[in-house]
Amino acid sequence: MSADALRRIAIVPAYNEEHNIGRVVDELRAFDAGLHVVVVSDGSADRTAQVAAAHGAHVVRLPFNLGIGGAVQTGFRYAFENGYELVVRCDGDGQHDPSELPAVLAPVLAGEADIAVGSRFVEGAGYRSSPTRRIGIRLLAWIVSAIARQRVTDTTSGFQALNRKALELFASDYPHDYPEVEGMVMTIKHRLRLREVPVSMREREHGRSSITALRSIYYMAKVLVALFVGLFRRRVVPAEDV
Amino acid sequence: MIADGTPLKVSLAATAASLVLVLVVFELIRSRRLRERYALLWLLTGIVLVVLSAWRGGLNTIAGWLGVRGYPPAVLFAVGLLFVILVLLHYSTVISRLSDQNVILAQRLALLETKLDERADRR
Repeated sequence: MSADALRRIAIVPAYNEEHNIGRVVDELRAFDAGLHVVVVSDGSADRTAQVAAAHGAHVVRLPFNLGIGGAVQTGFRYAFENGYELVVRCDGDGQHDPSELPAVLAPVLAGEADIAVGSRFVEGAGYRSSPTRRIGIRLLAWIVSAIARQRVTDTTSGFQALNRKALELFASDYPHDYPEVEGMVMTIKHRLRLREVPVSMREREHGRSSITALRSIYYMAKVLVALFVGLFRRRVVPAEDV
Repeated sequence: MIADGTPLKVSLAATAASLVLVLVVFELIRSRRLRERYALLWLLTGIVLVVLSAWRGGLNTIAGWLGVRGYPPAVLFAVGLLFVILVLLHYSTVISRLSDQNVILAQRLALLETKLDERADRR
């Protein structure tokens, strides 16, 4: 299937990214003129929303900070309600390179996957990070692989492509705290087909990532609890929409 | 050591305190400052404590069942603590639900605003 026939949108969650967001929107639109871009400003205190709008994105402004899961789900809802059939999700800090989009989109367009995830750790991706962080990422990948009975390598990647089927699931039901990790488990429990593709990611140019050393330990502990408890749920995430 | 039974003074003081708790909860419900669904646990706490405080024979018997030797009013502390834990746990579930609903409200509001803006732009 060709992408040109589909109504397609990029969802970009952004929290105080006024320095990065303009370039992200420009690059996405330059990559594919038919690709709409919706920026979800997650309670940003800076000019993220104005900058995104000035660069031609649709903008959804959350009244206060919901965290990454709540922000991304807002984007999914926007896409679902407006009838989009193909969705890509990438971060607002510019670390996802739109030139990698064809690789991420390929399995979904070929009908081989409902959701494709750009992984930094599949062979050929070439990514360096601190050793502690790498151990954490390995551990999570190992656990999720065991639960999912499918090998995954990058459980924290927000560089994803989804078809309408996956979009429908995530628009109605999306984990809030650790959306990427739990979302992977959820995807597989709902019998959607998930595929990882190697991508390279860039370092962010402005500002700092929200993850620090102490926080990542806290993050790991909470993710492990969430995953463990999730094993005992019939539906992976509580239905919140009635 | 054989159980001494509950001293009368302890019983009176505990009964008075529990009665005050029940009255305060009742008044809060009456003046609509506390919703019934959240007050139920508090009322139950108060009533159980009143009964156990006033009914010395019962408290002594229960203490005996539980193997509490020497000072039966210790059971009052245990029961009180148990209920406080239950109330706190209940609050945690309430707060969790509220924050989930809060997220949904924020999302709906933001999407509605966007829809309004985009409609205004088209005009």
